Amino acid sequence: MSEPVVRLRTESLTALYGSFAAVKEVSLAFPTNRVHALIGPSGCGKSTFLRTLNRMHETVPGASITGRVLLDGTDVYAPGVSPIRLRRRVGMVFQKPTPFPFMSIADNVASGLRIDRSLSKSRIAEVVERSLRRAALWDEVKDRLGASAMGLSGGQQQRLCLARSIAPEPEVILLDEPTASLDPQGTQRIEELVFELKGEFTIVIVTHNMQQAARVSDTTSFFYLGTMVEHGPTRQIFTAPRQEQTEAYITGRFG
Amino acid sequence: MISRRALRRGKSRLMVALMGVAVLVAVLPLFLILGSLILEGASSLSLSFFTNRPAPVGEVGGGVAHAILGTLMIVGTASLVGIPLGVAAGLYASEYRGTRLATITRFVADVLNGTPSIVIGLLAWTWVVATQKHFSAFAGSFALAMLMVPMVMRTTEELVRLVPDALREAALALGYTRWRTTLVVVLRTALPGIVTGSLLSVARIAGETAPLLFTALGSEYFSFDMNRPMAALPLVVYKYASGPYPEWHKLAWTASLVLIMVVLVLSIAARLATRQRFDRP
Repeated sequence: MSEPVVRLRTESLTALYGSFAAVKEVSLAFPTNRVHALIGPSGCGKSTFLRTLNRMHETVPGASITGRVLLDGTDVYAPGVSPIRLRRRVGMVFQKPTPFPFMSIADNVASGLRIDRSLSKSRIAEVVERSLRRAALWDEVKDRLGASAMGLSGGQQQRLCLARSIAPEPEVILLDEPTASLDPQGTQRIEELVFELKGEFTIVIVTHNMQQAARVSDTTSFFYLGTMVEHGPTRQIFTAPRQEQTEAYITGRFG
Repeated sequence: MISRRALRRGKSRLMVALMGVAVLVAVLPLFLILGSLILEGASSLSLSFFTNRPAPVGEVGGGVAHAILGTLMIVGTASLVGIPLGVAAGLYASEYRGTRLATITRFVADVLNGTPSIVIGLLAWTWVVATQKHFSAFAGSFALAMLMVPMVMRTTEELVRLVPDALREAALALGYTRWRTTLVVVLRTALPGIVTGSLLSVARIAGETAPLLFTALGSEYFSFDMNRPMAALPLVVYKYASGPYPEWHKLAWTASLVLIMVVLVLSIAARLATRQRFDRP
């Protein structure tokens, strides 16, 4: 395998809530078209770190960062960079499915596209179908695109949210414990999707489930108490961790 | 010796029965009111009641059409001003919760909510009627809008607060701006409840009499001019119920029934208009 291209990286990134540093001096590079897993015990800062990548962190009152997040060489925190535009290039799916309750299935998928008013109706319909197909949901919902999204199961809702986030064609997808509220079947389908979608997107996934990290990711970072303890190819992190803390965590001695 | 189990079951039944009685006591007045309105008022209901002005004493076949029109106009104008203002203030107080302005707004709204409507009427009289030197339907709308704003604002605020943060985050993460998130997602999610709350406030102000006494004053004629005194159903009820003639009392009952019907029709119409439309799966 040739040396992968890196378009997203952080440089000594520190994320603060008030004066409390939830993430300390993390420098990480995310190879393009790979799945990158962030693991670690609750409160270790992995979700906060994820949220700095699309500037969702700053929507929390009192939150701030130091350091840099570079996307294609540009610091996304530089003055003049719009967090709104950034978030269209870096999509996100949350722990609990968040379909918009007042929108139909199709409208939910289209919701991120409608920001761009130049798109025609037929073009939107095309993208909706394509996104639902890529999220492996098309066959289940094609006969009820106009029905409420709340009628779907939890797993279907989460795939709907995935379809919604990939519809505007982002370059990066952030997944914040996307299977935490799903049953094993729903979890498996999301994992299969993550594996398929990495051909087109760079994926960063936060997970509590170490088997999941081992199954879907190419590289893994272990976070503990706000610092990144270890980072490397997933196989190496899980079979031959260099740090004692990493080994203790993945063998289940704490966390 | 009664077993513990039987004792527990007995207690449970007793409490359920007590709650049932409480519910009955709570809804009984409503049915008594509706019942007596229908009993006393329905007999004089006729088409002419909705199309004519009151007949002179001694003649039959008068109506309250002028007051129905007046109520619709005064309450309509008040709603046009009061609902948007109240919703906007409620959105602000909820979405910008921590700010000083939000705290002050909330406090003022609570005080206004507790202010008797007759005081609001006096205020409208001082500000509008006294300065313009004449009574007007507009002054009535002004008073009613002042009653509406704090009600609508507090309901909106409560309902908007119930919208899960996860939905706001989802919208922001899709690249929605803050205002778009607030209007398109937050407000839209809370809308059915806000509509219900606004309707309740419309229903409440439609029956207000005191603030209209010194503002819209009342009138015996049809009028579309908001700048002049105008009739309203509660004023008709007030005037005819306190008059000396039995025909007047009859008319007051019927007018009360019509007032309730107007509120009911408004509620149903608005419900239908905001019903969520989805295809059947």
